[in-house]
Amino acid sequence: MKMLYHIGRFGSLMKKVLARPENHKTLIIQTFKEMDKLALGSIVIIMIIMFFMGAVVTIQTALNLSNPFVSNVIVGFATRDSIILEFSSTVTSVILAGIIGSNIASEIGNMRISEQIDAMDIMGVNSANYVILPKIIALFLMMPFIVIIAMTVGIIGGLASTFTIDQLTLQDYLSGLQLDFSAYRVYYSLIKSSIFALIITMVSSYHGFYVSGGALEVGKAGTRAVIYSIILILMANLFITQLMLT
Amino acid sequence: MIEIRNLNKRFANKSVLNDVNFTIEQGKTNLVIGQSGSGKSVFLKAVVGLHPVDSGEILYDGRDLTKLKRKELQDLRKEIGMVFQGGALFNSSTVEENVRFPLDMFTKLSKVEKQKRVDFCLEHVNIEKSNHLFPSEISGGMQKRVAIARAIALNPKYLFCDEPNSGLDPKTSIVIDQLIQNLTKEFNITTLVITHDMNSVMEIGENIMFVFQGQNWWVGDRNQIFNTENEELNGFVFASELFQSVRKAKN
Ligand SMILES: Nc1ncnc2c1ncn2[C@@H]1O[C@H](COP(=O)(O)OP(=O)(O)OP(=O)(O)O)[C@@H](O)[C@H]1O
Ligand SMILES: [Mg+2]
Repeated sequence: MKMLYHIGRFGSLMKKVLARPENHKTLIIQTFKEMDKLALGSIVIIMIIMFFMGAVVTIQTALNLSNPFVSNVIVGFATRDSIILEFSSTVTSVILAGIIGSNIASEIGNMRISEQIDAMDIMGVNSANYVILPKIIALFLMMPFIVIIAMTVGIIGGLASTFTIDQLTLQDYLSGLQLDFSAYRVYYSLIKSSIFALIITMVSSYHGFYVSGGALEVGKAGTRAVIYSIILILMANLFITQLMLT
Repeated sequence: MIEIRNLNKRFANKSVLNDVNFTIEQGKTNLVIGQSGSGKSVFLKAVVGLHPVDSGEILYDGRDLTKLKRKELQDLRKEIGMVFQGGALFNSSTVEENVRFPLDMFTKLSKVEKQKRVDFCLEHVNIEKSNHLFPSEISGGMQKRVAIARAIALNPKYLFCDEPNSGLDPKTSIVIDQLIQNLTKEFNITTLVITHDMNSVMEIGENIMFVFQGQNWWVGDRNQIFNTENEELNGFVFASELFQSVRKAKN
């Protein structure tokens, strides 16, 4: 019952968000501001995490593969695919949900409780559209770049790790990377992460937009935004994987 | 002129506005006074359409706000300026950007013309040399004045202020009150001010509604308020000894 209420309210909010904007020039300006704020701010932390992820996945795979009949080339292959398929898209999105989701919900929540959203409504501005749409577009456009950077840095992390262990040579790793490469998997990753981007911005905006009360509620909305974004990302991941890969 | 007829509003099982009737006159500062919790803010939000009402009419020069379609409501709102109790300035924008916001959204003016209008509005509320500061960098009184400047940017026909001088010292309060009154006269605006500051009432009250238990208990001007026989209004106005002695001196 409560879930139906939320779905209905979410739907009507999105209807307002996706309405024709009052002024296209402002939309473009706001979208660039959001790109700067949302995506560029989190790219460094994503790079750091992906570098270490790539390195650890490579080392783990190499250490667990002590079978003399299997070539070490398989390590580079396994690292590449797990980074392309899951780490660069799903793990990155979950991290972004944590960083950006709470940021969006608390920013919009603050605007709500300080009556800034009412002030826009009173002027005749479609507040949902003005505040939320630039965020949705910004992250949607930036996501493919973030994912490609994440892939690259993850693979470089794996490469760097070959210098720290004896079980794997750089040569094996590089041959593994080239083994049986399929561009479709990269597309799959880019497509699903674009959907995750929509989930993060839409869900977080929803939680921020309907805050009522004070600073405490804004904080709670931030937490809820992160939790629901992550759950929906993981559910969507399962669904998309079944649709595209099986 | 805004005519409010038989306005009713309840929240869940609590009735807040009971059959309120009031006429907000053009070119006058119309006030709503009443105790905390009497329903003043709910009344204002109902009048501008932020709270849907249960029944009644709100006629903006004949146009009934409660019956307008979404598009028509948006158009009507472009004629409304509103000053919120907390100012409600956009805190990620500078003073100048705040005042320019409605111009950016709704006009096709050139950059130079917009700048002219922004300067004109800020000058009118006596804000100088603060164009590039953020709301957090200016004082509360200045924030209220910037909010007024933003509210008049589009030459509104209707101006609403929710407790424009709460939290301000008496001297700044009077400045703000007079500012609102001057704007009202100069541009012939239909202005509604919510207040519980008796100084404001005596300073600028031309058409006053006293709200009691969600009803329009008493309507009159600031001279009539002194000689009223209305028990509840007397209790509200002459709660302080200062005003009791003012009344004695006047009589
Ligand atoms: N959104 C709401 N939901 C339920 N009840 C509400 C809501 N808003 C206001 N009320 C109730 O309506 C009554 C009137 O509130 P209102 O804010 O209009 O008072 P007020 O006259 O503006 O008081 P003050 O001078 O303190 O600002 C209060 O009892 C309040 O509890
Ligand atoms: Mg109030």
